[in-house]
Amino acid sequence: MMLEMTQKEEKFIIPIGPQHPALKEPGHFEFAVDGELVTDATVRLGYVHRGIEKGAEARNWNQNLYLVERICGICSHIHAFTYARGVERLAEVEVPPRAQAIRVLVAELERIHSHMLWFGVAAHEAGFDTLFMFSWRDRETIMDILEGLTGNRVNYSANVLGGVKFDVTDEHRKTILEAVDFMEKRTKHYLNVVTTDAMFLQRTRGIGVANLQQAHRLGILGPTARASGVKRDVRVDAPYSAYKQFPIKMVVETAGDLEARFVVRLKELFESYRLIREILNNMPEGDLQVKRFPRRIKPGEVISRVEAPRGEVFYYIRSNGGEMPERLKVRTPTMMNMASVLAMAVGHQLADMPMLLVGIDPCFSCNDRGVAICNSKGDHDQWTWERLRQHGIDFYAEKV
Amino acid sequence: MNITQEWNDILDKVKTWARVNSPWLIHYNSGSCNGCDIEILATLTPRYDAERLGVKLQGSPRHADVLVCTGPVTMQSRDRLQRIYDQMPDPKFVVAVGSCAISGGAFQGCYNVIGHIDEVIPVDAYIPGCPPRPEAIIDGLVKLLTAIKTGAPIQTEKPEELLDVV
Ligand code: SF4
Repeated sequence: MMLEMTQKEEKFIIPIGPQHPALKEPGHFEFAVDGELVTDATVRLGYVHRGIEKGAEARNWNQNLYLVERICGICSHIHAFTYARGVERLAEVEVPPRAQAIRVLVAELERIHSHMLWFGVAAHEAGFDTLFMFSWRDRETIMDILEGLTGNRVNYSANVLGGVKFDVTDEHRKTILEAVDFMEKRTKHYLNVVTTDAMFLQRTRGIGVANLQQAHRLGILGPTARASGVKRDVRVDAPYSAYKQFPIKMVVETAGDLEARFVVRLKELFESYRLIREILNNMPEGDLQVKRFPRRIKPGEVISRVEAPRGEVFYYIRSNGGEMPERLKVRTPTMMNMASVLAMAVGHQLADMPMLLVGIDPCFSCNDRGVAICNSKGDHDQWTWERLRQHGIDFYAEKV
Repeated sequence: MNITQEWNDILDKVKTWARVNSPWLIHYNSGSCNGCDIEILATLTPRYDAERLGVKLQGSPRHADVLVCTGPVTMQSRDRLQRIYDQMPDPKFVVAVGSCAISGGAFQGCYNVIGHIDEVIPVDAYIPGCPPRPEAIIDGLVKLLTAIKTGAPIQTEKPEELLDVV
């Protein structure tokens, strides 16, 4: 009897990471398993936490443009875009329409490269390495365009405060349109593969289901949420920049499983292709930058939201009138989606974990927004409820 | 005595031959922005195809010859980096990819960043760039392999000017 009791209470925990073949980036997971079934999951993040928000307070408005771009190397343009939009609103500067169109053009190109990248990695996790190689080969077409436009394959630095750095010429236009045609053909093929290939469906259909209520409760964002039927896309809900002139249709699926997440992301690509063509064919004329952008920004605060490939990126920026921001707060979509992985993991096979994790398109470098507090001895400083209560009482007692 | 010497020489040659023709890489991201990691992965895919050099990316430090590091070292990942390095069998080589790994890059002075890779573990080759192009990564790897083959000192030196910029 005693033996049975202890056996029941004991949990077998499998730690994974931070360096692990199934993980491309450092994160630490602990899965409690009963046989093959996962009964509990926890995550420890913060391996890539660099302290960017604090670092931004020591750099001027212009330097920060390059710092926030390096929050994430996959959606770097989106971060710079969000930041620039916020700062421009604070400074009450209107960006010329041509610059706005170019920003959106780069953002959509980036979405294509990011989704193709994710698609390859997801196929790799499913054990489908051929698809991984194919999708990454096709992705190079987009990388070529981005490099041709901006001069760098990653971290393009397309933005400056008050505009963009480069123009889109007729030559660019031709190559981009050609590449988009090619990508559209390939995407059709991939959509066909993920919805019909029996082996692939075994790994995706009916796995990791999050229904509408769960999606709302867990606060899932981006394509992951749209796969569960949540109608949420900043580009549609609160159109910004050139999305006002060039509206986009929201892609929503209702199944909520891994297959739906594949389908949503791939279908979104078609929207991106359409938008890119539309922008290139109706490019507004005008300047690329405003004449003068102030070095000091007048006091105030602003929020700025943009739809990144993984969901909504949220910036809060406060200025005290100086050359540097007083506060920069970044919230990225992976942070919000991570909770959903832990919730969905319960009840699934251990073998499904890599697919579940990759299903939200995690990006740990965006994600690591905080670290555990360590005291000087190096162990974690955990506060008990009692201590917190006492702290509250003491804090206010001193104030009075 | 002489025979063992000769025997050892032959064995060394065979080992070097094997090492140069199939270097296995392990990749650790100690705080990078992902840009470098993606470019390393792109290096292995069909356009650049580093696998034609016998390069293979795999997961366990115990099977690896070359540790490819990206990003500055954050406080949390320092111990892990050290541990992975210690777990690798000798002889081991370390390649630092990207300006962050070389100098801390854009993240210099952030509170959770300790610094660059060679403050924690010795580095054999540096590949500068933010991020370096896949061609540059291949070039760095080839230089490392040539150096291992000929026994000459490794050619890629730490680009001093990179340190002065920031
Ligand atoms: S060198 Fe550049 S691309 Fe590489 S990790 Fe650092 S910031 Fe990212």
